[in-house]
Amino acid sequence: MRTDHDHRRVAGYKTMAMIRHFDKKAVNLQRTGRLGTYASCLGAEAIGTAAGLALTRDDYFVPYYRDHATLYLRGVPLHQILQYWGGDERGNAFPADSDARRDLPYCVPIATQLTQAAGIASAAKLRHKHAAVLATCGDGATSRGDFYEALNVAGVWQLPLVVLINNNQWAISVPRGLQTACASLADKAVAAGIPGVQVDGNDLDALLKVLDDALERARAGKGTTLVEAISYRLSDHTTADDASRYRKASDLHRAWQNEPVRRLRDTLAESGLWDAQRETDWQQQCERTVEEAIDTYLNLPPAPATDMLDYLYAALPAALRDQRAALAALNQEVRHG
Amino acid sequence: MAELQTHGAHAVPMNLLEAVNRALVRAMAEDDSVVLLGEDIGTNGGVFRATEGLKAQFGFRRVMDTPLAENLIAGLAVGMASQGLKPVAEIQFMGFIYAALEQILSHAARLRNRTRGRLSCPLVIRAPYGGGIHAPEHHSESTEALFAHIPGLRVVMPSSPSRAHGLLLAAIQCPDPVIFLEPKRLYRLKRLPVVADGEPLPLDTCFTLRTGDDLTLISWGAAIHETLGAADQLAAEGINAEVIDVACLNPLDRDTLVASVSRTGRAVIVHEAPRHGGMGAEIAATLANQALLHLRAPVERVTGYDCPMPYFQLEQHYLPNVERIVAAAKRTLVY
Repeated sequence: MRTDHDHRRVAGYKTMAMIRHFDKKAVNLQRTGRLGTYASCLGAEAIGTAAGLALTRDDYFVPYYRDHATLYLRGVPLHQILQYWGGDERGNAFPADSDARRDLPYCVPIATQLTQAAGIASAAKLRHKHAAVLATCGDGATSRGDFYEALNVAGVWQLPLVVLINNNQWAISVPRGLQTACASLADKAVAAGIPGVQVDGNDLDALLKVLDDALERARAGKGTTLVEAISYRLSDHTTADDASRYRKASDLHRAWQNEPVRRLRDTLAESGLWDAQRETDWQQQCERTVEEAIDTYLNLPPAPATDMLDYLYAALPAALRDQRAALAALNQEVRHG
Repeated sequence: MAELQTHGAHAVPMNLLEAVNRALVRAMAEDDSVVLLGEDIGTNGGVFRATEGLKAQFGFRRVMDTPLAENLIAGLAVGMASQGLKPVAEIQFMGFIYAALEQILSHAARLRNRTRGRLSCPLVIRAPYGGGIHAPEHHSESTEALFAHIPGLRVVMPSSPSRAHGLLLAAIQCPDPVIFLEPKRLYRLKRLPVVADGEPLPLDTCFTLRTGDDLTLISWGAAIHETLGAADQLAAEGINAEVIDVACLNPLDRDTLVASVSRTGRAVIVHEAPRHGGMGAEIAATLANQALLHLRAPVERVTGYDCPMPYFQLEQHYLPNVERIVAAAKRTLVY
């Protein structure tokens, strides 16, 4: 008989396979000029999926820029993720009925989301909510002030926060060994007086265990946990990067031997929870779902140019009326010309 | 004079600092989503005492002493505001706000826009600014133009107790992020009547403090004090200057400025900040564009010099004073 945990693992695998396929197609869209610069999550599927499975609807998610799997599990449609990376801010207007309704949007500046996450956790604590905040970042982000400032206040205020580091060994071209002399990134929790945990970022089961515990600890009012998930960035930094300039092919080859998607598939198959037929069926489903998302994305109506002014303030200030009118008039001319 | 003081039945005399304190008390009492955070704002009541008594009245959960990190204060405020709180953060001195600039510029000012209205950022960041109190280095800057340049922000600079009270109430109620710069030179200058239960003031208009037909003096914040002094001296010589307190630097009420200068034909802009790239340049460009044929003299600027705010032995040489303003006014009159 399947347990709840088995169901969760299978659901996790399906998400990881879906996002792996989505990621490949997103890179292809960029290569063919139909998507902007895109940050791949190749190799981070287990981390993003575990985060999405461990969070509840009442929790808050504060992403960085590689968290497509988590946002997908929070209810952001794949076409909307493409819309964001396609250069359209409407992609950050997550659906009002989704778990992501209050989540922060993708964060491109490094680590700035972490102090904001501490602010969200303060708000949740002030309102006595049984909710946790999960914020993510990469290994490079641990060198920034925001990272330490967020952990420091979270420790002293005992905030319901979990900071999850995707340590994929690279900050663009700078390896983890050049970021810090700390033996581990989890060690940085010591300076904030909070627990720091290392976990295998390619192991969905281990990630779920660590994140479930850390989030429940946060919801129970017991404070903040720093989680370092150790993975390997199997992609370039983004589609604008060429990792062959700085990463040894042999290192990449070795990392692929431990990649998270196949590893979970093999484990599930050994337990009788997955097989070749299911795999074939699911891969077909992934292709259909992603193709539909791409089709929806490519057929989205363009945003009116005036959108750049219309959401800046709660109401358009009188001082901007002339600029808006000029922009609207030019846009009309373009459409009619 | 015609200064917009409200002398109502409930008006009580208070200085600018007390007006800030009273506005904070009232905002917190009326709306439990208003919270304060900053360095030394709790038991100590802030280094200038703007938050005196607030921790005792509202508790440490709503009056938060933060660790000493300005970037953290701004990041916390962005996170709180994104989920419906109305944080009023204090940066102890404007000279220390720059660590928070990334949070203000890249996040607070952009959150509504980049989520297309899904989230918003109704925060207020208060900071005492400006010179003239013999403060240590890095305690006397006037860098409002940095913030006025950022789309999505509102930048507000009161120049009297009643406007500090009414504008701060409005800033806290405002759904947009507001940088609220308090002229610390005026904090304890004098007590003037303030209606403590009065209405918030609008954030999108200038305040005409004094009407006149001969020229328009345009200023904001602490320099209003010297500008009004210059208007008095000019009046003694039979010259009637209109005095406009811009008060809200972004978005800017161009209409009031253009209408006044179109009538008087002469304008002197007074600000404490350095001249180059200052808000005076934006206003002068607006006047050149929209009031050119009414101008009877070039627009004059009386400002700080294009140098770092001097340490206090030289600060009186740097700050615009009555003599410089009167001299500039007379240059426009004899042009």
